[in-house]
Amino acid sequence: MTRRARASLLHRVPPGVKLIVLAVAGTALAFTDSLWAMGAALALTWLGYALARVSNRRLLAVLRPMAWLLAPLFLVQGLMHSWVLACAVVGRIVALVALANLVTVTTTNEAMIAVITRALKPFRVVGVHPAKVAFAISLSLRFLPVIAGLAQEVRDAQRARGLGNNPLALALPLLVRTLRMAGDVTEAIEARSMEDEDDDVDAPRVQPAGHARTASPPSASASSSIATVSRSS
Amino acid sequence: MSTFFTRTTTKDVVYIALFAALTAALGLFPPIAVPLVGIPVTAQSMGMMLAGALLGAKRGGLSMLLIVLLVAIGLPILSGGRGGLGVFFGPTAGFLLSWPVAAAVIGALHERAWTTINPVKSFLFCFLGGIVVSYAIGVPWASVNTGLSLMETATGSLAFVPGDMLKAVLTALAVVSIRRAFPGLHQTA
Repeated sequence: MTRRARASLLHRVPPGVKLIVLAVAGTALAFTDSLWAMGAALALTWLGYALARVSNRRLLAVLRPMAWLLAPLFLVQGLMHSWVLACAVVGRIVALVALANLVTVTTTNEAMIAVITRALKPFRVVGVHPAKVAFAISLSLRFLPVIAGLAQEVRDAQRARGLGNNPLALALPLLVRTLRMAGDVTEAIEARSMEDEDDDVDAPRVQPAGHARTASPPSASASSSIATVSRSS
Repeated sequence: MSTFFTRTTTKDVVYIALFAALTAALGLFPPIAVPLVGIPVTAQSMGMMLAGALLGAKRGGLSMLLIVLLVAIGLPILSGGRGGLGVFFGPTAGFLLSWPVAAAVIGALHERAWTTINPVKSFLFCFLGGIVVSYAIGVPWASVNTGLSLMETATGSLAFVPGDMLKAVLTALAVVSIRRAFPGLHQTA
């Protein structure tokens, strides 16, 4: 509900259109070093953030991890080539990263998954199964928290044994448990008679929550994303 | 490579998804500073090497392609909580995009030598795929993105090589131990 209440014009633009705009902007800016073009792109992107009522904090969250690369880049470009070029190059990266981030922020994950599954349909002829891709996406979303929990567990256990700083002591149990879990999950899915055939027109409607021993109960967000995936195709 | 064009079974999809999840989870570990260089290194690209080495060319490559998709969808799964389409316009995007190819190369090499694998071989394979192939895609991308020459970009990227070597060593040691526990890993059922 809160998302709906905050939905702006940009939130309602179809994701496909936003992606095309992003692709066009990316291509156009790649062919120019003009400071005017970069300035215009930055201004328009900033206007987009204002229009979408997205806080600048969301923007900083993406740019800050890049800062340690962009700062030396600016210095190297400026000292070895020209400061105008340094401004253009860094301006282009900041503008495109900000614009791309705006597309991400104003599009739900579900809508983006739907776009990807739709875009994959033509590749069916070369053996790509959009339903299997959607299933892989929801499976990985479902098991990311499980494996992150496993990693934490292994870390705590090895720390108690005084092996907290030994990367192999952390990696090996995590890998063994992940591989075992893969076997269990496969069995669970096959036991629920998910068709292992090539003619899967529909997305699998099985929730991979069945292996009781290794996994915690499915979180609301993961199961809802699985539901969305099955509905969208 | 012989398994490359066979159909993807449920088991394959599960392995692909779980190793993508594992790679994402590795990004949650805080970065450690590599001795001598001091640049923070995350465990995440070890996920790429492990996926290739343990799942083989097809499944390893696809699981890294899944990582790329998850980032594109907007999930903050890369180290430091990065994610979303913005990542694809930054200077390091080429390295992310190289992961599917690098994992496939590592996988193809490991599949061929799986019965006689030892830490030295495995390290060499991880070095070839995870460093040579990955940098061969990542460095030119960074060069175009930043407007710096190939030489300048390559010199700058050298700072990350020690960290990646360390990850290749760890992967090789892990792969050999895992083979003892799961000898039939590369026989796609």
